[in-house]
Amino acid sequence: MPVPDAATLAKRERIIAAMRAIVPGEGVIVEAAALRPWESDALTAYRQPPMLVVLPETTAQVSAILTWCHAENVKVVPRGSGTSLSGGALPLADAVLLGLGKFKRILDVDYDDRVAVVQPGVTNLAITQAVEGRGFYYAPDPSSQIACSIGGNVAENSGGVHCLKYGLTTNNVLGVELVLMDGEIVRLGGRHLDSCGLDLLGVIVGSEGLLGVVTEVTVRILPKPETARAVLVGFPDAEQAGACVAQVIAEGIIPAGMEMMDRPAIHAAEAFVQVGYPLDVGALLIVEVDGPAAECDHLIAEIARIANENGAVTSRVSTDEAERMAFWAGRKAAFPAVGRISPDYLCMDGTIPRRRLPEVLRRMEELSAHHGLGVANVFHAGDGNLHPLILYDANIPGQLDAAEAFGSDILRLCVEVGGVLTGEHGVGIEKRDLMPVMFTESDLQQQQRVKCAFDPELLLNPGKVFPTLHRCAELGRMHVHHGALPFPDLPRF
Amino acid sequence: MLTPRDAQDLAQIIIEAGANGTKLELRGGGTKADFGAPREAEVVSLAALSGVVDYDPAELVLTVRPATPLADVQALVAAQGQMLAFEPYGAPGATVGGTIAAAVAGSRRVTAGSARDHLLGFTAISGRGTSFVAGAKVVKNVTGYDLPKLMAGSWGRLGAMTELTLKVLPAPRCTVTLMAEGLTPAAAHAMMAAALGSNADVSAAAHLARGITLLRVAGFAPSVEYRCAALPRLLAAHGSLRRLDDAEAASLWHEAMTGSALEGAVRWRVHLPARRAPELVAKFAAQWAMDWGGAQVWIASDDTGTAIREAAAALGGEAVLMQATSEMRARVPALHPRAPGVMALESRVRRAFDPLSVFATTRFRATTRFREDADADQLPA
Repeated sequence: MPVPDAATLAKRERIIAAMRAIVPGEGVIVEAAALRPWESDALTAYRQPPMLVVLPETTAQVSAILTWCHAENVKVVPRGSGTSLSGGALPLADAVLLGLGKFKRILDVDYDDRVAVVQPGVTNLAITQAVEGRGFYYAPDPSSQIACSIGGNVAENSGGVHCLKYGLTTNNVLGVELVLMDGEIVRLGGRHLDSCGLDLLGVIVGSEGLLGVVTEVTVRILPKPETARAVLVGFPDAEQAGACVAQVIAEGIIPAGMEMMDRPAIHAAEAFVQVGYPLDVGALLIVEVDGPAAECDHLIAEIARIANENGAVTSRVSTDEAERMAFWAGRKAAFPAVGRISPDYLCMDGTIPRRRLPEVLRRMEELSAHHGLGVANVFHAGDGNLHPLILYDANIPGQLDAAEAFGSDILRLCVEVGGVLTGEHGVGIEKRDLMPVMFTESDLQQQQRVKCAFDPELLLNPGKVFPTLHRCAELGRMHVHHGALPFPDLPRF
Repeated sequence: MLTPRDAQDLAQIIIEAGANGTKLELRGGGTKADFGAPREAEVVSLAALSGVVDYDPAELVLTVRPATPLADVQALVAAQGQMLAFEPYGAPGATVGGTIAAAVAGSRRVTAGSARDHLLGFTAISGRGTSFVAGAKVVKNVTGYDLPKLMAGSWGRLGAMTELTLKVLPAPRCTVTLMAEGLTPAAAHAMMAAALGSNADVSAAAHLARGITLLRVAGFAPSVEYRCAALPRLLAAHGSLRRLDDAEAASLWHEAMTGSALEGAVRWRVHLPARRAPELVAKFAAQWAMDWGGAQVWIASDDTGTAIREAAAALGGEAVLMQATSEMRARVPALHPRAPGVMALESRVRRAFDPLSVFATTRFRATTRFREDADADQLPA
C-alpha cells in the first residue's frame, strides 16, 4: 500500500473534530481498540486499522465528509459490510474509513414497475426478504448475501451462482445516487430503462469504490419462479463433466445454476455436511432449473439425457425442496468445509473459456505439485468462473507466500488461456499487481484516465485495482516519443 | 469520406485529425446519419473493418469487427440456434458497431437487458490514436472498470471500436404471442405489469394506440404451452387474450419496438417509469406506441417544439429526438437534458478518452436545458 502521509497523520485530531462536527454522537470511531474490528474485510490476510471510522446516516453527511476531506486532501476508503474477498475495503493508515452501515432503509418498492429503491447498507438478502411476500426477489445472490450490502454489491459488481441466467449486479441495477469525491451529489439512471448520454451508471457498477460513494440504489426485482429443481450428476472426470456442460448450453438450455466440484472439494463437502454426494467420482455437477413445473420437468429430463450421453456414472434428481436444498448444502458449504481440512485457504476467482477447463485443471495439478500445496476446485461451470481453493497453513513459515505465488500462477494461467483475473470478487488489493498480466500499459492508462475524470486527486480508495498510481496530470499528457511531443504546434488544454 | 483499410490506418487518421483540429464522425452503415444535429465533420467509414473474428456457440461469445452487417450476425447466430438477446434491429446496411454505439434494443429489452448488457469487451482506438482493450472475451468478468458499458450508447464519441465481443444466448425454441384488444392505455399497462410481474415468464409486452396489447411467451414447447394456458386465467380480470399467428405477431411487434408505423414528420422516443406511460400518451392524440411494458413510448408528432420533452421530464423520464427535419434537428438537441453535474461529469469522461475533441462533432448539442444552443461538445479549455 502507499506509504502513509505524515502530514495527514499529524492532523488526525483536526480530522476527528471535523468529522464529529458533521456526524454527531457515536458516528465517529477513534479509539485504537474500537478500530480493531474495522482493520480488514473478508480478505483477512491483509490488515490495517484505519485512521478513524466515520458512520454517516444521510447523503448530506456523506457529501459534507467528502467535501471536507477533498478540501483537506485526506484520503477516504468507502466500506459496506466488509465482505469483500479482494480487499476492496481494506483501510489505510492515513485514510478515513467511510462506513455506509447505517444506510439501512428500504425506501420504496414498486411492484408494478418491478423496482426497489434502497439505501446502500441494506443487505442483499434483505431486499429479497422485503419483497418475497409479494412473490418477488432480487436475483444476484453472492454467497455472502446474508451479510453483504447492496452498496458493496454495486461497488464490486457481485455475482452469485445464478448469474448465468439472471446476470450480475450491473444487469440488475437501474440507478444510483452517488456522491463524488468533491462532495457533489449526482443521480445516474433512475426508475426507467436506458438513460441517454454516456452510461456513467455502467462504469460506476464494479468500480470498487474508486469513483464515488453510492448513497442510494434502484434495483430491478423479479417475480419468483414457480418452482425449482436440481439434478446431481457424477462423472469419472472433469473433462466429461465439462463436455456435459457445453452440450447443455449448445442444446439451448440456460440453467438457473450449474456448479461443478472436483474430487477434493466433493470429499471435503461431504465430510462436512453429509448430504450423500458420491465419493467415487472425479467431478460432480449440480444443475438447477427454475420456472413453471412443466418447464422444469422437461428440462430435467433433457439434462439427465445429456449427462448420460456424456458418461455420467451417478444421477439424482431432487424430488422435493428438502432434497434440492441438500444438493446445494454441500456446494454452499464448500468454503467452510475446506476450512476444516486445512487451517487456511486462499480463494481464487479467475474465469476461463469453458472449453479450456480440462487443460486448466491438469496444469493446476502440476502447479499444486510445484508449490507443494493442495487445491480444491469449485466452479461456476455455466459461465466458466473458477474458484480454486488453495490449502495452506499460515503458521508454517513461508506457506502464505507459497499460496499467494500459487494463486498468482493460477490467474496467469487463466489469462493465458483467454480468460480473466476475476469473475466476481474484484481486483481490490489482492489482484492489483497482476493487472499487467491481462492489460497493457495503454489499457490501464485509459482506465486510470476514467478514474481521473471522477477523482482527479486520487483520494478515493487509493491503492486498489491499479498496480501503479499515475498522477492525473501525468496521464493527461500526450505520449512522448524520443523526448518530443507529437505535433508540437498544437494547442493543448 | 475517409476509408481506413485497417485499425492501424484508422489510428493514423485519428492522430492526424487531432493534430489538424479536424472533427471525425465514425460511420458503420450510415443508417443513423440523420440522428442529431446536422454537422460538418469528416466522415470515417469503418466499412473495411468487417467480419467475424471468432464465434464459439458453446461459450456464448462472439467477436466481430464493427462494420459487420447486423443482419449477417443475426443470421450467423440463428444458424446455431442462438440470438443477440437484446433484439437489436436496424435498416438494411446497419452494422453491429453502429447498433451497439447507438444502444439499439428491441422488445425483449424489458427482460433480457439492452446493448450495454451484452457487450462483453472491445478493442478501440481512443481520440489519442491509441489502441486499447477493455472487458474480455468471457461471459463473466469484473476485472477493471466496465468500459464496455460506457462504449455502448456512446455514439462514437469515446473511441473507434475495431473489435467487439458480444454475449450470445440460446434462441427460444418456440415463441407465442398473445393479444388483447380494446384496452385503454391504463388498462393495458395494468395487464402488462401483471404479466411481467407474474411467474409465467413473459419476455416482452407492448401496447399499440389502436388498443392492441401484446404479450410474448417464449421457451421450450412444453413450458410455452403451459404458460399460454395459464396466462388467460391469470390475467382474466384485465381482459381476454387470444393467440396470434406468427406473421401477424411479427409485424405488430415490429411496430411496437420501432415506432415505424406512426405518422408524422417528428419522432420521439421516451423512456420513463412504465406506470407513467398512460399519463404521457393521454397528451398526444393517437400517434404513439408503447413497448417494454410501457417503459418505452414512441411518439410521432407534427409539433416541432419540445412539449413531449417537457411532458417526459415531468413524469420522471426522458425524450430522445429520433427523427425530425434538419431544421428542427439543428435547433433541438437529440438527447434529453441531464443535470448540469452529470453533463460536466460526462464531459470529463469524454475528455478522458478524447482530450483533443476529435470525435466531438456538433451532432450532440448541449442539453442541460431544453432549448440550449451552446455546443457542449466543445470541451472546456
